[in-house]
Amino acid sequence: MADPAVLAVAEHRRGELRDVSFELLTAGRELADAIGGELHVAVISGDVEAHADALNREGVDAIHTVPVGEEFDHTVYQGAVEELVDAHDPATVLFPNSVNGLDYAPAVAESLGVPLVTDAIDVAYDDELTVTREQYGSKVETTLAVEGDRYALTVRGGEWPAADGTGDAVVESFTVDVDPADSGARVQGYEEVGGGDVDIADADVLVSVGRGIEEEDNLELIFDLAEAMDATVSSSRPIVDNGWLPKNRQVGQSGKVVTPDVYLAIGISGAVQHVAGMKGAETIIAINTDPNAPIFDIADYGIVGDLFDVVPELIDDFE
Amino acid sequence: MKVLVTVKEVAEVGDDFAIEGTDIAEGDLEYDLNEWDDYAIEAGVQLAEAGVADEVVALTIGPERSEETIRMALAKGADRAVRVWDDAIEDAFLDVETKVGLLEAIVDEEEPDLVLSGVQAADDAFGATGVALADRIGFEHAAVVNDLDLDADAGVANVRRELEGGVEELTEVDMPAVLTVQTGLNEPRYASLRGIRQAQRKEIATRDLADIGLSPADVDGALTVTEMYEPESESDAEIIEGDAGEAAGRLTEVLREKGVDA
Repeated sequence: MADPAVLAVAEHRRGELRDVSFELLTAGRELADAIGGELHVAVISGDVEAHADALNREGVDAIHTVPVGEEFDHTVYQGAVEELVDAHDPATVLFPNSVNGLDYAPAVAESLGVPLVTDAIDVAYDDELTVTREQYGSKVETTLAVEGDRYALTVRGGEWPAADGTGDAVVESFTVDVDPADSGARVQGYEEVGGGDVDIADADVLVSVGRGIEEEDNLELIFDLAEAMDATVSSSRPIVDNGWLPKNRQVGQSGKVVTPDVYLAIGISGAVQHVAGMKGAETIIAINTDPNAPIFDIADYGIVGDLFDVVPELIDDFE
Repeated sequence: MKVLVTVKEVAEVGDDFAIEGTDIAEGDLEYDLNEWDDYAIEAGVQLAEAGVADEVVALTIGPERSEETIRMALAKGADRAVRVWDDAIEDAFLDVETKVGLLEAIVDEEEPDLVLSGVQAADDAFGATGVALADRIGFEHAAVVNDLDLDADAGVANVRRELEGGVEELTEVDMPAVLTVQTGLNEPRYASLRGIRQAQRKEIATRDLADIGLSPADVDGALTVTEMYEPESESDAEIIEGDAGEAAGRLTEVLREKGVDA
């Protein structure tokens, strides 16, 4: 087995590989080709054999299984990745830019003393690694040149397609010294949040409200519209953070993923975390004052205008 | 117990802006306290009010301009602040490793028991400094914390980490620790007039590189911004024109075609 150009670390939770794990394979293959070398994948904890089978897709050269522990524990992940890097010397370690990825990737980069770039949306290598990412709340993209010959990268979900096909990777068990019992951050359990009387994931038509509503009292306008349209009210994160609506109304990465027939986004700019929760809607309609708001990138119809002018007219039309 | 809260003054960009070279034109930037750090400050101040923390120190890396922002942290209840800056930092792109080096120097001086840090900064959004700092200073850590219950006697922080898809992880974290704070952890207070007055008398200590035993070479990071551009719009949305009444009328037609309220 040759030393890999890229080591990609898969992510799973409660027995299921997460989608981003398969996207990492595509990003990893691209980068391994550009650098010139093999793509290796690490699967740490849980049913590593089953996960290795699922990850054995086109372009993967080797899979290292680390059968220690069950669920994600950052001490175990950090220790295992560092030992794998010691043993196999990859030029780049790829992590998912997920909540768990960001719970250990920065520590791995720090401990190995390699530069870290997070939330990559594109990567290229031509004698030098360059990484594209967003800045200033998605208003601009920047390209960063990374010095050195080893790197740690976290990759944004949904930016690369999932790898498919069947691979012929070598699957090897890798023994590590790290012991979950030594972890200083012990997972006690999980809890589903956001239950309650309304299930926005069941709604055919969602009227979704964001920061543009400005004040809690103005929500009445949105509920009036939803009633007139026979729709359900959902929201973006800031509305829930402010305590104006309960967590079960939140659409997005940390809230619910919804796929209604119609999603009417009112005063929502369309941050990537929000879009992750609603891009599967059949028809997306956005009302926003900012013509450059990213929500218009995924909308089918849009009105560039003030919601306080447009929404009362809509209510009239439907009543 | 001493709590250190990392605070960043972030740059925000309005709807209209120009790019000059590899950054936004200075005149198109507005500066504000990072939203996530506001929750971190509130968490620190609440620990002080509950008698768990003896002192809450705000720590920032930023130019003199950022004192206005760090005064907000003081007005909300932090006891004092430390600001690290140096002319040598001005032109560098501060990557995670470099920031961690600067923060580590102050951690060594202050010897906190708990470091609270926002999950990410609203401007460059690396989301990595807190966890990298923990590794450097030998603290435990937890990223993306949206609930915190500190058991100082037992030396553990019981936290909830906000995972994707409406799932929370309940985790017991050994102290000392760095926790990265998610929005929604608490309800950040507004500074009271009294708080604002008191903040004027609170200390903001400044440290340059020489003060903390570093040299300009230590802030010469591995990352260089080579390009900045506005992403091309991928929009193929049909933009409905007209005044509010006309646009609403047309949208109503579209919605009815899609079966709404049929």
